[in-house]
Amino acid sequence: MNAYVTLFARDLKLALRRWSEFATPLIFFVIIASLFPFALSPEAAVLNQAGTGVLWISALLSSLLALDGLFRTDVDDGSMEQLILSPTSLSLLVLAKLCAHWVVSSLPLIAIAPFIALSFYMPVDALATLIVALLLATPTLSVLAAIGAALTVSLKTGGALVGLLVLPLTSPILIFGTRATDMAMNGESAAGPLYLLAALAAFSLSLGPMTAAAALRVSVE
Amino acid sequence: MSRWRWFHLLASPPYVYRLAERLAPWIGAASVLALAAGTYGGLVLAPPDYLQGEGFRIIYVHVPSAYIGLMAYVVMASAAACGFIWRIKLAHAVAACTAPVGASFTFLALFTGAVWGKPMWGTYWQWGDARLVSELVLLFLYLGFMLLRSSFDERDKGDRVAAILAAVGVVNVPIIHYSVEWWSTLHQGATMMRLDGPSITLEMLIPLLIMIGAFTLCFAWLILRRLQAEILDRERRTRWVEQLVTGGAS
Repeated sequence: MNAYVTLFARDLKLALRRWSEFATPLIFFVIIASLFPFALSPEAAVLNQAGTGVLWISALLSSLLALDGLFRTDVDDGSMEQLILSPTSLSLLVLAKLCAHWVVSSLPLIAIAPFIALSFYMPVDALATLIVALLLATPTLSVLAAIGAALTVSLKTGGALVGLLVLPLTSPILIFGTRATDMAMNGESAAGPLYLLAALAAFSLSLGPMTAAAALRVSVE
Repeated sequence: MSRWRWFHLLASPPYVYRLAERLAPWIGAASVLALAAGTYGGLVLAPPDYLQGEGFRIIYVHVPSAYIGLMAYVVMASAAACGFIWRIKLAHAVAACTAPVGASFTFLALFTGAVWGKPMWGTYWQWGDARLVSELVLLFLYLGFMLLRSSFDERDKGDRVAAILAAVGVVNVPIIHYSVEWWSTLHQGATMMRLDGPSITLEMLIPLLIMIGAFTLCFAWLILRRLQAEILDRERRTRWVEQLVTGGAS
C-alpha cells in the first residue's frame, strides 16, 4: 500500500510539472467538440440531438490520446524495470499509475464537459447525470487505453495501433454513456445505464490492471 | 509416462507437421464431399421458403461462416492462451494461422448477411442488430490481433503480446454483444424478421447441418495446411526442415 501511495504521488507530481502533456488531450477534447457544429449545422434542434454523441465520442478519443504515453517514459528511462522487479505486485503499481493519470486527465475533462454540453443546448437538469456517467465511464476507458498502451509500449509506432485495438472494445461504454445522458435529457431516471456503467467500471478495474501488468512484463522482458 | 506420450508429441513441431501431412488430404477430401452434398441439398432438394422464396438459400453459406467465425476466435484464443501459459511455441503457431482464416470467415458472414439483408429487411446493414455488430467487432478483433502480432520484430514477443489481446477479446465480445442487444431493444422494437421465428423444416435443416459440418472440415483443412507452412517458417533453421526440403540430400 505504501508503494501505491508513493507511486501515485510521484506520477501526480511528474504530470503536474509537465502540464502540457495532460493539457493537450483536454484542448483536443474541446476542439473536436467545437468542430462538430461546423460539420452538422448550427441549428439548436440538430445540435441538441447530436450533442450527446459528440460529447461522448470526443471524451473517448481524448482519453485514448491521453493514455498513449502512460508507460512509455517509464519504459524508456528504465524505471519500469524497477517497478517490475519490486516486491510489490505490479498490478497494484499499474493501478496507482492509472489513478494518478485519471486524476490529471479525466477529472479536468469531466469539469469541462458540462460547459460543452451547455453549448450543445443540453438542459441544465441533465448535467448532473452527465457528470455521474462520465465519472463512472472514464475509469473503464482509462483501463482499456492502459491495456492498449501496455501492449504496444515496446513498439516505436504505437499511437494508431492502440486506437485500432481499443476503440472496438469501448462500444459498451459509449452505448451506456450516451443512453444515460439521453434518458436524463428526456427527464427519465437514468439509473439503469448508470448501474451498468458502474458494473463495467468495477469489472475493468479489478481485471484490467492485471492484464496491463502481464502485457508490460512481456513487453519489457 | 508413456500414456501421456501422445500429448507431449503434440508440442513437437516435426511430429505435428507429419501428422498434418497425413490428416490433411483426408479432411480436405471429406470437406469437398460434404460441401458438394450440402450444396446439392441446399440449392436443389430444399424447398423454397414460403416468405423469402429462393433468397433464403444464402443461409447455407451465411450461418456456417458466422459459426466458423466465432468458433475460430475461440480456437485462436485458447491456442494463444496455451502458448502464453505453458510457453508452447506450437500453440502460438496455431493461433497465428487461425487468425486470418477466422477473419475471412467472419468477413464472409458479414458480406453474405448484407446480401441477404437487402431482400429480407430492405437494408444492407442494421446497426440495431446485436449479431451484426458483434460480428463486426469480432472482425476488428481479428484484425487487431494480426496487426499487433506482426508489428513486433521478435516473433516470440509478438506471439505473447497478441495472446493477451486475444484473452481481452474473449472477455469483451459477450459484453459488447449484450450491450448492443440491450441498446437496440430500447431504440427500436423487434421490427425485423428473425430466423428463429417460424421453425425451420427438416428438409431445410439437414442441408444446413451438412454445410456446417462441411465448413468445419474445410476450416480444419485450412488450419492444418497453414500450420504446416507456419511450422516450416518458424523451424526453418532446424535440421529436420533442411532434410525435408532437400530430400535428405545434404
